[in-house]
Amino acid sequence: MGIGGMMMLPVLGHATSPESFLDSAMDVAVKKRLADAALNAAKSKGATYTDVRIGRYLNQYVITREDKVQNIVNTESYGVGVRVIADGCWGFAAIVDAKSEKDTAKAAEEAVAIAKANARLMKSPVILAPQKGFGEVSWKAPIKRNAFEVPIQEKVDLLLGVNDAAMKNGANYVNSLLFMVNEQKYFASTDGSYIDQDIHRMWPIFAVTCIDPKTGKFETRQSLSAPVGMGYDYLQVNPADKVTGITTRYNKGYDMLEDVVAAAQQAKEKLSAKSVEAGKYDLVLDPSHLWLTIHESVGHPLELDRVLGYEANFAGTSFATLDKLKSGNFNYGSPEVTLFADKTQEGSLGAVGWDDEGVKTKRWDLVKDGTLVNYQAIRDQVHILGENESHGCCYADSWSSVQFQRMPNVSLAPGRTPLSVQEMIKDVKKGIYIIGDGSFSIDQQRYNFQFGGQLYYEIKDGEITGMLKDVAYQSNTQEFWNSCVKVCDEKDYRLGGSFFDGKGQPEQVSAVSHGSSTTRFNGVNVINTARKI
Amino acid sequence: MSVILTEAEAKALLEKVIKLSQADECVVNLQGEIRGNIRYARNEVSTSGNLTNKNLVVQSAFGKKVGVATIDEFDDTSLEKVVRRSEELARLAPENPEHMSVLEPQQYGKSNGYFESTARVTPEVRAEAVAKSLELAGQDNLTSAGFLENRAGFSALMNSKGLFAYYPSTGVNFSLTVRTDDGTGSGYVIRGYNDFSKLDTVSASRIAVQKARGSVGAKALEPGKYTVILEPTAASVLLENLYYDLDARSADEGRSSFSKPGGKTRLGEKIVDERVTIYSDPSHPELPASPWSGEGLPQSRVSWIEKGVVKNLAYSRYWAQQKGVKPVPFPGNMIMEGGSASLDEMIKSTKKGILVTKLWYIRQVDPQTLLLTGLTRDGTFYIEDGQIKHPVKNFRFNESPIIMLNNVEALGKPERVVSTESNQSYMVPPMKIREFTFSSLSDAV
Repeated sequence: MGIGGMMMLPVLGHATSPESFLDSAMDVAVKKRLADAALNAAKSKGATYTDVRIGRYLNQYVITREDKVQNIVNTESYGVGVRVIADGCWGFAAIVDAKSEKDTAKAAEEAVAIAKANARLMKSPVILAPQKGFGEVSWKAPIKRNAFEVPIQEKVDLLLGVNDAAMKNGANYVNSLLFMVNEQKYFASTDGSYIDQDIHRMWPIFAVTCIDPKTGKFETRQSLSAPVGMGYDYLQVNPADKVTGITTRYNKGYDMLEDVVAAAQQAKEKLSAKSVEAGKYDLVLDPSHLWLTIHESVGHPLELDRVLGYEANFAGTSFATLDKLKSGNFNYGSPEVTLFADKTQEGSLGAVGWDDEGVKTKRWDLVKDGTLVNYQAIRDQVHILGENESHGCCYADSWSSVQFQRMPNVSLAPGRTPLSVQEMIKDVKKGIYIIGDGSFSIDQQRYNFQFGGQLYYEIKDGEITGMLKDVAYQSNTQEFWNSCVKVCDEKDYRLGGSFFDGKGQPEQVSAVSHGSSTTRFNGVNVINTARKI
Repeated sequence: MSVILTEAEAKALLEKVIKLSQADECVVNLQGEIRGNIRYARNEVSTSGNLTNKNLVVQSAFGKKVGVATIDEFDDTSLEKVVRRSEELARLAPENPEHMSVLEPQQYGKSNGYFESTARVTPEVRAEAVAKSLELAGQDNLTSAGFLENRAGFSALMNSKGLFAYYPSTGVNFSLTVRTDDGTGSGYVIRGYNDFSKLDTVSASRIAVQKARGSVGAKALEPGKYTVILEPTAASVLLENLYYDLDARSADEGRSSFSKPGGKTRLGEKIVDERVTIYSDPSHPELPASPWSGEGLPQSRVSWIEKGVVKNLAYSRYWAQQKGVKPVPFPGNMIMEGGSASLDEMIKSTKKGILVTKLWYIRQVDPQTLLLTGLTRDGTFYIEDGQIKHPVKNFRFNESPIIMLNNVEALGKPERVVSTESNQSYMVPPMKIREFTFSSLSDAV
């Protein structure tokens, strides 16, 4: 339905000691043997298509508050999921700790039995886009430092240093967390692919709280980091990755210590900031904020399964219906707006070599110069678009989950004309500059939305005049993207994202990045969120 | 070994693991479950599946140095390996001054959450239940999308001081969205039970069909403050945000809606209308829950808000020790009391108001006031002189459950509902609320 809580931790998985993460993964030859057993078993029971995913999923969390390490958790989950088409219907079964050919064959047989039980509820058989087999291939995320090989002590020292800096700079409380992910995925299908992939993700986050003891009011400021498809190298501080301005923002390297010092000071400053006067403002949105608006108002409505109604009972449908695409002239945004999908962008959360149904990943346009030009679609959907090749954006969050269409990285292309943030702000008469993501909500067809942020600065006659609070903006997707008047150039282009995009029943999460440069939207409705209880 | 162990099997396995421990203290959790689901959309089945899962979690402690390791293999070598791993991690971890020693053996009450009728459900039974729904909800000019999932499982706990706990449970959830083919009407229903035999997909589907047809031709009303009748499904997603905030430590620290200036809290204070009473009780017959918390504390009946007054906040064992009070674990269920009026009777007694079937995409805007935002969805209707007059376009709201529960006009008869945000089940009454704040209109159907 949308992004889950930022501090939410998955409950699936099994903890192990750090050393066990250095165990070599299961041998590819063994995986192939297990996969072949499932492929053969499914075929013998009448499946016309089968794919097998053998997964080992590792997570590590280091969780702290103030001067204490609250928990160090290592989780590991291993199992096998088998998906089949039998009698024209999908079936899926997953078995924990499946390490023998007998186990994987059993999962395949169960999947066929489910497909056959449900086939009577099908109106027409599944149509799967053809896909060539790739043989035995592999892909590995281009990380420089494997986070799972970094000693616990180094991580603890970093977070306790961050917390100490927050407290010394006026925070009353600080929580910080390192969240590391490694997906070791093996995919095999009756198309003749045997794909071994090693994916890494990383997310350092904190939240600082400041309290005014007299009034009892409190304010928070969360980190301006992004979750990334990188290793521990994301925490390597490099001046070239810093974007200076009213506050420092970060690109491919994150200075957690520097950010927390600013956060503590800013949370304190928020306590006495001016409460916003509701009305129309021109908004200047930093990439650390805009990623979430892109996610909700572009990424989701252009998922073809929503458009078709497959998510009607949970995540919702979409205003961006097929007739709008077919018209060839649906005005999604202003001519400044080009939005593209990309599963190959280095360092992004969505980057993989092949998706979870064996399709090579790629980049494609969704909105070109303001006009809707495509959706996100997978093998059993693309025929609806008159295409015969999947877009390569199928994903399952675990061996135990069935793969389905998930959002690739969806990003706003940078402006073609050179433009800095400073130059953009200089032209704004009455505006608000928003940095960082905050509260977010959008309707089930993706028209009406409301977003908050971490930091709000008032702009008057081209100058930033001070901090605001109690800010949220409301708009309608098409109206909002048509109010886009300027996009800064590629020098300002940065990625934001989330580990927890939720969709499907049973619900699955997916990690996705969204890139943009700072962007200006004119005349957006801003509300004041202050209340008394 | 099977996935769902009996109490005796679980106890024997846990004793075997505890015997392997060389740490000062050891706690072992064991869980197993079988899940099956069927999902449908566009009037036909889409994806469906079966899943088995089982895992063992071992926490070892040397003084206040703690390590956790788990495994999903159960041969002797694997059991030895997981215990040694947790001990190794404990030695690597820094001391956590907040770590508490493991509990002495406890006494637990009874709670019956396991039903054979649910444990026996097969893919064919699920397909049949959905076929019946499709017969109704897939008829003339309607498109349906739904989900049915059943689960059977157990959890067990043992520690090195001899504490043992075991709880088996089952559950089934069914939800359905019916839309008119022209996209102008949408209706929704959700049902959740521990006992599969209580699930009637036909009568549930009838409600979603009626709401879908009834919501065609919605008229726009100006945003503003309205009297609303929140159906229990709609109310639950607002209430649960209040429940999440019932943490004593956050309140004491001055960073929750239960905080007051100067380090004080609202404990003992009347914060909402005196007709509001909220409690938890694991032995509730319609909403059974585990009689023990994750670390083995007994879950008993706890009054959280009584006649509008905050009676209890949740205290972790550490925070309870700091404050010199008894620990109160976060509850496994929540029951809000109400009156005896049915939803129809509440509509009849309403001069002007809006009936809300479901609320969607609820997010916190301000933690200090618990201000939430979200939208109405799948059946929003204007009521005048005790009758539903016409459907209305969906609204975005900005409202706090604390403000909302101060504006209670009437409470109806509580029923079991499933939160469409968290999937948790609650007992919630339909409620009539005055001055509920709708801040803008949405074109979504």
